[in-house]
Amino acid sequence: MNNGEQTDMRTTDAAQARQEGGGACSETGGDCKFITRNVNVFYGEKQAIFDVSLDIPDRAVMALIGPSGCGKSTYLRCLNRMNDLIDICRVEGTFLLDGEDIYNGDIDPVLLRARVGMVFQKPNPFPKSIFENVAYGPRIHGLAKDRTELEEIVETSLRKAALWDEVKDRLHAPGTGLSGGQQQRLCIARAIATRPEVILMDEPASALDPIATARIEELIDELKENYCIVIVTHSMQQAARVSDRTAFFHLGKLIEEGPTEQIFTAPKEQQTQDYITGRYG
Amino acid sequence: MAHEHIVKAFDRELKELESDIIRMGHLAADELESALIALRKRNAELAEETIIKDREVDQLQHQIEERAIQLIARRQPLANDLRAVVAALRIANELERIGDLSKNIARRVITLAQEKPPKPLKKGLKRMGKLVLAQVRGALEAYEKKDAALALQVWREDEDVDEAYSSMFRELLTYMMEDPRLIGLCTHLLFGARNLERIGDHVTNVCESVYYVVTGERIEERRPKGDATSRILPSYHPDDDEEDEEDAASGKPSATPRSAAGGGDEKPDAS
Repeated sequence: MNNGEQTDMRTTDAAQARQEGGGACSETGGDCKFITRNVNVFYGEKQAIFDVSLDIPDRAVMALIGPSGCGKSTYLRCLNRMNDLIDICRVEGTFLLDGEDIYNGDIDPVLLRARVGMVFQKPNPFPKSIFENVAYGPRIHGLAKDRTELEEIVETSLRKAALWDEVKDRLHAPGTGLSGGQQQRLCIARAIATRPEVILMDEPASALDPIATARIEELIDELKENYCIVIVTHSMQQAARVSDRTAFFHLGKLIEEGPTEQIFTAPKEQQTQDYITGRYG
Repeated sequence: MAHEHIVKAFDRELKELESDIIRMGHLAADELESALIALRKRNAELAEETIIKDREVDQLQHQIEERAIQLIARRQPLANDLRAVVAALRIANELERIGDLSKNIARRVITLAQEKPPKPLKKGLKRMGKLVLAQVRGALEAYEKKDAALALQVWREDEDVDEAYSSMFRELLTYMMEDPRLIGLCTHLLFGARNLERIGDHVTNVCESVYYVVTGERIEERRPKGDATSRILPSYHPDDDEEDEEDAASGKPSATPRSAAGGGDEKPDAS
């Protein structure tokens, strides 16, 4: 298959997905941010995701749950093309962000990642000051025309991440000197600073104590007013607390997706039920 | 529950909760049964025993509530486990009410022990009692077997209880109007019938919980309203005299009831 054919196929698939998409999103009453269709992901010979189709609503929280190795993180990383960074990883399928195919050759992955920000399990601030951690993204993407505007972005982002009051007097202290929970909120501030549309969170609170976890969850609740949030979590309770919709993955397949209140009280699939109630599958 | 929990204690705790409910259910049903036997045989002694039995039902309710609270606090149950715990709380409440109402029937037996109700009345009450007891047992069976279809069936059959109650109501009114000396007795029997009807309603709540545990859904149907007593008023023919009407309005017992609201007539004014 030459490149031209591949692009044609992409375009057709994307057009079809655009037509079909939005089912799950209309249920939440919002628009669809992501429409993904027939996603298959391979690590070398090994297939990690099998034919997953999932719609992700805007201004809402989508939780991805499932046992380790079920493909939820792999799927999450497809949404901002983080898997491009892994040589042996091959991604197939359609990913539409606001109707636009993000694997289209014209899309710059770096710009995409500014639109689709990410927060990881372990807080990973840059070994720079708190200020520089947040200013880094806006600066490289040229989002601020002068120092004042940059300072504004930093302050707004830290405020949105509910960290401002705790750090405003020591903006030039190293980010790595903050507590774990503060570092994670700093990473969220850094993700917000590039004015993304989507925030991907991969186990954002699993290394935090209950208070810091509650702060992150409160933050997620506030952020969903303006962003589309996709969160991978191992904590059922966390998924139940923060998300509007929940998708359950198992062995690389999407087993069930639905409103969170339904998934945690009356899941349709036995596999989902066994997993969330802690039974042998 | 096809699969077991990885944490075995969780399974054990759910099982204990379930067997407490079953035990409580049988106790409440037995309480009702002995209240009904006491009523039929006008056996004050048995009635006393029945009243004492109710304490055990109450104790079990507290135990179930405590278990359920512990389960929620320590296991954070989800999905079918969550439904099981919530249903246990609800069903325990309903069973406690069923026990209370049975106790109430037993209390009346003690009052009525010396009275001799007319035969047809006894028959009607006996039939209604049998029907309600079968409903209680049916709901418990549905819970034990996790049988949603049975729960739905029992739920629907509450209509029969309501109908039985409506006809008891009419019958009792007739007796009271025919012979005011029976008013005391009939009022007690009417409350007894009312208690049975209420038990029937609690049974439907149990059925709804069972259905929810098993299917994860609520019963969507609307229950046919069989209890028509709220619309029954014995036909009353006021004299043309205006004074009488005023008396009636002010609640003075000046009206002269004639025929009872027999047959299917539910209109407040049968003239």
